[in-house]
Amino acid sequence: MTSGAESSVSTHESLFEVRDLSVFHGQLCAVDHVSFSVGRGEVLAMIGANGAGKSTLLRTIAGLHEAANGTIVFGGSDVSTLAPHRRVALGISLVPEGRRLFSTMTLEENLQVGAHFAKKGPFSIDKIYQLFEWMPDRRRQRVGLFSGGEQQAVAIGRALVTNPQLLLLDELSLGLAPIVIERIYALIPEIVSQGVGVLLVEQDVTQAMAVADRVHCLLEGKTSLVGTPAQLTPQQIERAYFGSDLSGTSPHGGAA
Amino acid sequence: MIWVNVLIQGILVGGFYALFACGLSLMFGVMKVINLAHGDVAVVAGYTAVFLAPQLHIAEVWSFVVVVPIFAVAGYVIQRTLIQKSIDRDPFTTLLVTFGLSVVIENLLLEIYSANGQSVNIGSLIGDSIHVSNVIYISYISLTVLITAIVVLGALQLFLSKTGTGRLIRAVADDREAAQLSGANYRHIFGIAAAIAFATVALAGIAYGMMTEIAPTSGGINLLYAFESVVIGGIGSLWGTLVGGVLLGIAQQVGAQINPEYQVLAGNLLFLIILGVRPHGLFGKKTAFS
Repeated sequence: MTSGAESSVSTHESLFEVRDLSVFHGQLCAVDHVSFSVGRGEVLAMIGANGAGKSTLLRTIAGLHEAANGTIVFGGSDVSTLAPHRRVALGISLVPEGRRLFSTMTLEENLQVGAHFAKKGPFSIDKIYQLFEWMPDRRRQRVGLFSGGEQQAVAIGRALVTNPQLLLLDELSLGLAPIVIERIYALIPEIVSQGVGVLLVEQDVTQAMAVADRVHCLLEGKTSLVGTPAQLTPQQIERAYFGSDLSGTSPHGGAA
Repeated sequence: MIWVNVLIQGILVGGFYALFACGLSLMFGVMKVINLAHGDVAVVAGYTAVFLAPQLHIAEVWSFVVVVPIFAVAGYVIQRTLIQKSIDRDPFTTLLVTFGLSVVIENLLLEIYSANGQSVNIGSLIGDSIHVSNVIYISYISLTVLITAIVVLGALQLFLSKTGTGRLIRAVADDREAAQLSGANYRHIFGIAAAIAFATVALAGIAYGMMTEIAPTSGGINLLYAFESVVIGGIGSLWGTLVGGVLLGIAQQVGAQINPEYQVLAGNLLFLIILGVRPHGLFGKKTAFS
């Protein structure tokens, strides 16, 4: 690790912690002994190149992949052996890569599926309709025909109505126009203000740095850099992202 | 007038095919399982009606009130155990397991009750019919079965489109993983879908026992007709299944009118033509129950 160890520790009230997590795809070690934590109302951005293991990490936290090693601690207990729907019930919700909407169903039905098992909390279907003002007019339309940005908004809404305490966002920007990405990222402060912890995976580093409290970089499944956006220099991030220098010694030193 | 009768009898028998087939369609649409024991489940339901009703001192006509709930529970349990275990391995295993189940059921019935046919006793109702003209008779029992089929399919469609549980069933059919991420236990949802499938096919089995005789080996041919109804109508469309059943019934009656030997052949021909011209069926969609 290049930057100081203190920056890997959350200053927020503890909510969620991953300890020494490893995940395999067959023989391939996709996530290799990774540890980090996310506090209440905190945004942690997980960055890294294609195939760095970011999505696998999120899917493992949501329960769609089995962990080979390590623990996933949420609300004080280990959830790493629970089925996905049980983790949703505890308050972990994933917006999966590629939106994964129920494409034959209407906008409202998509939200209703999310709300079916919802806990009490700030995010009702009406609240989602306030966040996205275009939604009420189109609630009876099938989402299969929506644009990418609209589908992403529905996917976020469907995850939010479960009233998660930890929201996992996988590649929100994928395939979207810059203006649409900006609009979607503008929602995150609103979500965080409700005390929700956000763990987001993003290839668009600029976007991730702008919104995150802390940044965690993965390289071939291993942690290559940890720090706050203010601490890290573009050179450090470039090295951690592409792995041109894996020795961990940085000529530019630690904090910027 | 002969051909009007052919049409009417085709529609009547088509209602039965649809009732028999809707559970098959539901299980395939939701969990991608082709239940090869579907027909045998119907036969067991018929036998249960015949042999359980006297034990409980209820008229065999009303046996479905007891038998259908029993089969709903059995469907849930068999799904959560045997079928789920085979889904967890791979799709081919589900074919082997349900085929095995079919063989076991048939042979157990032969062993216990012999190859003799059984009928669900409905008294004088069996012979009663509406006399429309000299060549057209509409039997009460066939008409009742057709109406039952329409009511069951309509209720099922309403359940899937309007209720929370129905919505979850459609969500799981659409994208199982995304449904899990919304908090749904897909295994439980699969169980509910299987319960509905077993309940409807139990009703169809009892209806079959009322209209004619059921034997331990009756399951196979009815499974074939059910399968043809589903494919003609289009997988994942319940009203499509009704239309498919009715078209199959009409084709068979037309064939039989030309030559009694052509009854099954005409149905199979229609099935092959639809499969060739419109492989996803008349009302089929790429995704189920939309």
